[in-house]
Amino acid sequence: MRITLNGEPYDLDEPLSVADLLVRLAIDPRRVAVEHNLVILRRPLFTETLVQDGDRVEIVNFVGGG
Amino acid sequence: MTDSPFVIAGRTFRSRLIVGSGKYPSHAVMAQAHAASGTEMVTVAVRRVNISDRSKESLLDYIDPGIFLLPNTAGCYTAEDAIRTAHLGREAGLSNWVKLEVIGDERTLFPDNEALIDATKILVRDGFVVLPYTNDDLIACRKLEDAGAAAIMPLGAPIGSGLGIQNVNNLRIIREFARVPLIIDAGVGTASDAALAMELGADGVLMQTAIAGAQEPIAMAEAMKHAVIAGRLAYLSGRIPRKMYATASSPVEGMVGR
Repeated sequence: MRITLNGEPYDLDEPLSVADLLVRLAIDPRRVAVEHNLVILRRPLFTETLVQDGDRVEIVNFVGGG
Repeated sequence: MTDSPFVIAGRTFRSRLIVGSGKYPSHAVMAQAHAASGTEMVTVAVRRVNISDRSKESLLDYIDPGIFLLPNTAGCYTAEDAIRTAHLGREAGLSNWVKLEVIGDERTLFPDNEALIDATKILVRDGFVVLPYTNDDLIACRKLEDAGAAAIMPLGAPIGSGLGIQNVNNLRIIREFARVPLIIDAGVGTASDAALAMELGADGVLMQTAIAGAQEPIAMAEAMKHAVIAGRLAYLSGRIPRKMYATASSPVEGMVGR
């Protein structure tokens, strides 16, 4: 299955939770915000939200800015 | 002299200097510059995580936990994008404050005031503390106040230009009418620009490039700290009126040989 992750195609073997996706990407969930199919997820929903084929996922964090 | 505290939306800051977190030579220099500036509020941008390269250090490791983070919506050209970015920033940082930018022109980075006012209304309704970056325009500032902005942040000059305060009189007028904290955001090039902003009666100054882009960012950060303190004190002290001709500083009586 293929999802769109931060605007780029990204392949996964099977559907998995947002929390598991973050683990797979080695991303600390406490420091990011996740948008799943244009809906911003509250952090407690990371474990129960399933990423499936064709989904669009955005993972953002803070970078330097003025 | 005792000063009134610098309060935005019920939160008190001892420092009137707000500093950015981008464009420094390194994260370590940024951390030292923040410390030297005495700032208690730092702006950050919201961007996609780099998926392919996870080796990069996290910015937040280099920002003192005692410093309040102010996510911005820099780079947004529509109210929709700015609102989306503000919500992502709130989720990433668990704070409902946002430095709201809706840019209207790529070359000048001047704000799109119409979209900015619309986005302010919506974000205030969504529970945000909105600090909008705006033009040095009284009517735009007034509409932002009416929209519920927690502070107004008119520019001194274009972002990153270092030109200093371009329209002193507009800012003076905005000061006179402002009903919420007034923060001069953008355009500072050097310490005297920050001092001037404060002498005009601004409640605070926000800058990034003037510090991060200086040859010695840490020393410039310290200079900015002093400039903001000096400018504030001068504003509170009530400067002398300007006159066309000299007034002797020493007594004219008792001169030898007269």
